[in-house]
Amino acid sequence: MRRAVLIAVPYLWLLALFLIPFFMVFKISMSDAILAIPPYGPTMKDGFRELISQLDFENFVFLTTDDLYWKAYLSSLKIAFIATVLTLMVGYPVAYAMARAPEEWRPTLMMLVILPFWTSFLIRVYAWIGILSTNGFLNQFLMGIGVISEPLTILNTNTAVYIGIIYTYVPFMILPIYAALDRLDASLIEAAEDLGCSRFKAFWLITFPLSKNGVFAGCFLVFIPALGEFVIPSLLGGSSTLMIGKVLFEEFSFNRDWPVASAVAVVLLLILIVPIVLFQMNQQRAQEAEQ
Amino acid sequence: MDQNQVGYLSRLSGRGHDLRPTSYSERTPVSEPVFAPWNDADATPLITFQNVTKKFGEFVAIDDLTLDIFEKEFFALLGPSGCGKTTMMRMLAGFENPSSGAISLSGKNIAGVPPNQRAVNMMFQSYALFPHLSVWENIAFGLKRDGMFKDALNARVDEMLKLTRLEKFARRKPHQISGGQRQRVALARSLAKAPKLLLLDEPLGALDKKLRQDTQFELMDIQEKTGTTFVIVTHDQEEAMTVASRVAVMDEGRIIQVATPEHIYEEPNSVYVADFIGDVNLLTGQAKATGQDTYEIEVPVLGSIFASSVRPFSDGQTCHLAIRPEKVAIHAERPSADNAVQGKVLDIAYLGNLSTYHVELPGGQIIKAQSANTRRISRRTFTWEDPVWVSWTATAGVLLDQ
Repeated sequence: MRRAVLIAVPYLWLLALFLIPFFMVFKISMSDAILAIPPYGPTMKDGFRELISQLDFENFVFLTTDDLYWKAYLSSLKIAFIATVLTLMVGYPVAYAMARAPEEWRPTLMMLVILPFWTSFLIRVYAWIGILSTNGFLNQFLMGIGVISEPLTILNTNTAVYIGIIYTYVPFMILPIYAALDRLDASLIEAAEDLGCSRFKAFWLITFPLSKNGVFAGCFLVFIPALGEFVIPSLLGGSSTLMIGKVLFEEFSFNRDWPVASAVAVVLLLILIVPIVLFQMNQQRAQEAEQ
Repeated sequence: MDQNQVGYLSRLSGRGHDLRPTSYSERTPVSEPVFAPWNDADATPLITFQNVTKKFGEFVAIDDLTLDIFEKEFFALLGPSGCGKTTMMRMLAGFENPSSGAISLSGKNIAGVPPNQRAVNMMFQSYALFPHLSVWENIAFGLKRDGMFKDALNARVDEMLKLTRLEKFARRKPHQISGGQRQRVALARSLAKAPKLLLLDEPLGALDKKLRQDTQFELMDIQEKTGTTFVIVTHDQEEAMTVASRVAVMDEGRIIQVATPEHIYEEPNSVYVADFIGDVNLLTGQAKATGQDTYEIEVPVLGSIFASSVRPFSDGQTCHLAIRPEKVAIHAERPSADNAVQGKVLDIAYLGNLSTYHVELPGGQIIKAQSANTRRISRRTFTWEDPVWVSWTATAGVLLDQ
C-alpha cells in the first residue's frame, strides 16, 4: 500500500504537469485561429460534441506546405548538432584535466564549473551581447593588442549562437564526462603503456572508450535542450539564424496563431523523442555495466 | 599455522630449482648443478641497481641501493608497506626514474626509457584488465601494439590461454569471470609479449588464502615453463618464501638482507629480518667466548645460555639470540640439553597440526615453543599453568649483533 502511494506521487506529478498540459497543447494544435480570447476555437464552451467534431490536423498539414517550418527544423538540428560537437571538444579536455587534477583541487574545480548557474541565465546571455558586439569587449581587446584593425561582426550571426550554446551548456557536457573519467583506474593507463602504447595511443584505446558513456550522456544533455533553444538565437542570433524555438515563439507572440505554434511544439516534441529514448538507453546500459 | 610450512612444502615437492642453501652445497658435494648464479663470480646479472636513490620531494623512498638480479630468477622484494619495494618495481617498469644511480637491464642503462619501450612487463596489483575488452583482446593487446601478424598473434594468444587454462573464457569480459580467473588473465597478458623480465605487484593479494596457495604453485610452474625472470613484490612473507629463489627483505628504502628463503629463515642477519620472517624468540644478553665459535650469553634474570655462532663477538658485547619456536622443545621433566629453562604454560595456541605454547620464564620473558600434535587432543600432555621445561641446543638459534 505504502509502496503504491510512493510510486503514485511522481506519476501524478508527471500527469498533472506534463501529460495534461501536453494534451492541452495538442488540442490547441488541432483548433483554428480566431480573433477572440483565447485566440483559438472551438473551446469547451461550445460543448464537448461540437469541440470534438471541429478538431482536425489542418495545422500539421500547413506546416508541410510552408517551407519555413521544415527549414527551421533542419536548421535547428544542424545548429544543435554542430554546437554539441563543439561543446564536446571544449568540455572533454576540461573534464579530463579535472579528473587528472590533484585530489584536493577537484571540489574547487567542480565548484567553478557549477558557479555560473548561480546567476540568471538571461543576464549571462545579455552579458555576451556586451562582449561580442561591434564595440564590445572582445573587439576592443583584439584591436587594442593589434590583432585586427576592423571590428569583427560576431553578434547576430550563427557564430554568436554557437558561442552562446557552448557557453551555456558546457557544464552539462563536463559533469558526466568528469564522472566517467574520475572512476577510471589510473593503473589501466599504466598497463596500456606497459604493453607498448604511447601516451596518446593509451588515451585513444583505453581512456576514451571507457568514458564513452559519459560522452553520450553529455552530448544528449546538450543536444536535447539546444534543439529547442529560443533565448540564445533570439538574443545573439541574427535575422538569418533560423531555429525552430524562435519560429515557435514568433508564431505564438507576434502572429498570435496559437494553433500553428502548438503544432510546431508537438512536432518538436516528436523529433526530440528519438534522442531522449537513445539517452535513456545509454543511461540504462551504463548502469548495467556498473553492476 | 606457522607461515613457513608452505614454503618448506614447496621445496620438498621437488618443484622449481634446487634451492638448497649454498653453504650446504659447499660442504657436501652435489651431483646436479645448483641454480645459484648469485654465487657465481662469472655470471652477469640481468638487472643491476647501482647506488640507486629515489626521492619524492624530501622523502627518500630508495636509499643508495645496490642489487643484482640474475636471469631466470624468481626474485621477491619483501617488506612492510612504505619500505620502497613498489618504488623499485615501478622504476624497473619505467613509471619512475631514479633520482641518482643507474639501473641496467642486460647491461644497458634503462633510465629515461619509457615503459612502452622496455622489454619489461608488469602484472598490476589491481590486475588493470581493460574492462571494455574481452579476455582474448586483453591478452592480444600488447601483441597488437607490436604489429604482430594475425596468424602469429592468434597462435600466441591461444598459447597464453592454454598456459593459464583460460581457453573457455576467451570471449568473456573481465567482469564476467571470477577473481582467480582475472588474476590468470592479468598474468597471461603480461607474459604474452615474452618479456625479459616480468614484474608482479602483489599478484595474489586479492585472492583468498586457499586459492592463493594453489596459485603460488601455478606461478612457479609458469615461471619455470617460460624461463622468464620474475620479480615479485609482496608484503606476505609466506608468499615470498614459497615462490622465490631469493628474497630481499627491505625496510625504509634499504635492503636489509638478500638470500635464499632458507638462509633468510635460518640465518637472518639482523633482529629485523628474524622478526619479520616467521615467528621468533629473542633473548638479549652479554656475550662471552667459551671456545671456537661458541659463546656463553649472560641473560639478565634468566642466567647463562650457550650458543654457537660463526659471527664473532667480543666479550661483553650485547647480542641477541634468535630461536624459532619449532626449535624449542617442551618437557615435563628437566631434559639434558645445552640450554634448559623452567617456566609455566601461559597460553596454548592450538593450530591443528601444531600447538604453540607460550611459556613464561622467571623474569616475565615469554618463550614460544612449538610441538607437533601427534596425539589426539584428549591426550595432550600440557595445559595452562603447568610447570614445564623448555630446551634448545646451542646450534638451534642464531646470534645477532643488531
